[in-house]
Amino acid sequence: MKIYGRQCLGKKAFLELEYQMEGRDFSVAGTAASQIKKMLTEVGFEPEIIRRTTVVAYEAAMNIVIHAFRGRLLVHIEADGIGLTAVDEGPGIADVAMAMQEGYSTASPSIREMGFGAGMGLPNIKRHADGMAIETRVGEGTTLKAWIICKKG
Amino acid sequence: MSAVPEYFHSVTLERDKCKGCTNCIKGCPTEAIRVRDGKAVIIEERCIDCGECIRVCPNRAKAALTEELKDIARFHHPVALIPPSFYGQFPSQVSPGTIAAALQAIGFHRVLEVGLAAEYVTEAVAGYLEEHPAPRPLISSACPAVVRLIQVRFPSLADLIIRVEAPIEVAAAIARQRGKGDMGVFFISPCPAKVTSIKQPVGRAESGLDGALSMAEVYGQILPILREVEPLPGYPQASHVGTSWGRFGGEREGVSGRSLAVHGIHHVINICELIEQGCLTDYEFIEAQSCPAGCVGGCLTVENPFVAETNLRHTALTYPRGQGHRPKVAGEVLLLTRPITPRKIWQLDDDTTRAMEKLLLLKETEKELPGLDCGSCGSPSCRTLAEDVVRGRATINDCIFNLRERVRRLAEEMVDLAGKVPPAMAGGEGEAIDFE
Repeated sequence: MKIYGRQCLGKKAFLELEYQMEGRDFSVAGTAASQIKKMLTEVGFEPEIIRRTTVVAYEAAMNIVIHAFRGRLLVHIEADGIGLTAVDEGPGIADVAMAMQEGYSTASPSIREMGFGAGMGLPNIKRHADGMAIETRVGEGTTLKAWIICKKG
Repeated sequence: MSAVPEYFHSVTLERDKCKGCTNCIKGCPTEAIRVRDGKAVIIEERCIDCGECIRVCPNRAKAALTEELKDIARFHHPVALIPPSFYGQFPSQVSPGTIAAALQAIGFHRVLEVGLAAEYVTEAVAGYLEEHPAPRPLISSACPAVVRLIQVRFPSLADLIIRVEAPIEVAAAIARQRGKGDMGVFFISPCPAKVTSIKQPVGRAESGLDGALSMAEVYGQILPILREVEPLPGYPQASHVGTSWGRFGGEREGVSGRSLAVHGIHHVINICELIEQGCLTDYEFIEAQSCPAGCVGGCLTVENPFVAETNLRHTALTYPRGQGHRPKVAGEVLLLTRPITPRKIWQLDDDTTRAMEKLLLLKETEKELPGLDCGSCGSPSCRTLAEDVVRGRATINDCIFNLRERVRRLAEEMVDLAGKVPPAMAGGEGEAIDFE
């Protein structure tokens, strides 16, 4: 497993949610991201935490939709922050270090023609999250975890 | 939490006309309306005065509070600020000079085109974009309903709003620079949001205007006399750039770089979501207008939005391309002085732990609802009813499907119980018991 940035949320989540998604179902990523955002607003997280979580949730969901056959986005909310886990059945990532570089993309030309797959997904997640981890098996799928942690005074 | 702030709203309900239907609750972009006791109720802190409810109400029970024409007589020198959207209400053969003359005929001493002020704002926005290279995109502050939408629904975007004043305030400043004595500055408003922005401004301490009249009312007053008046000399005052602001896309034309124009409040919401998700970072500038086709389609206008947009497009063609002589305006007039603060109104409880428990309860409650979003409970969707239940503003039995299901179960239980006969009676259910 490749781990980037700060670890991690450990407390029991008070709320766990799961969004199922199929590859190529583009609308679901935005819907999931805006529903997650609404819940975080209702809990009263700071706008900055909400903004970063929304970006990460959207990118993680888009990764499933663009690359995988199907997958799940799991949301873990606790008082200290938010954990997002994207688990997919798909091609996996052959070279994780390469995929973390901006502009690197394996998206098919048809996906790129739609304006997606610019190779910004993983770097964007890394930039907006406090930490992330990737576990991947070529031909099987990828599990991506990311954390957004509320700063404590 | 501090005391609940008082909100002024132009959008109001005429209770007698309200039948308690659910049209307005369904269309409200901030879920600010409920039906209670057979009447619509507006949740003050959520309302952004966009006027969607006025647009959809079949009984004309939603209205906008504005000044009336007789109110301008409070001042010795009443001045009218005409927005470009007003021209769109007339065929393009009706010249701005004629409209200005008609406004003078009904009592205004002077008339100023808001399009003129929009040109200063266009330049100020270009300067602001240059001085603030990141983050992107930045969002126009011109539509007060959009500014309030962001305060209410998109708190994390508040810092992306361009801190340049809206044209009507700049126009008021220009009018006052030129004016004398007891001057009253009135805006001819296409929408309730601008009326509210005068009574309760965001981003500045107080408005430079004295009030706003409904565009529909003024239209009705001047229509009969348009044929009788001679066009005033000195019009147009503005140029093509500023006059194009009244229709969607016009504001964007004055900005260089990649920019996006969106109109209609529900489309604006979609764009705000995309910005929040980080999808539009390669855009410089977002022009966002709450009403269809832009200000020409405000809910206090009279013409069809798309006809009005075409009218205005043609009228703007008669305006000079370059900018002529313009009065000087002090730089500080063009900048917002107060922060645009998010309205923190969605939190389910002031205490975060309690809020989390309530969110959990909300999710559980939502599961018990049918998900039809019918609105019969008086809340706009099942999700919102669940929220209202958690906030103590409703009960789950307000859902008619839920209630019917409970009644059915109760009825079945009653039938079941009625079938039961005591064992002492003949034909009873009791089995013979072996007492040994």
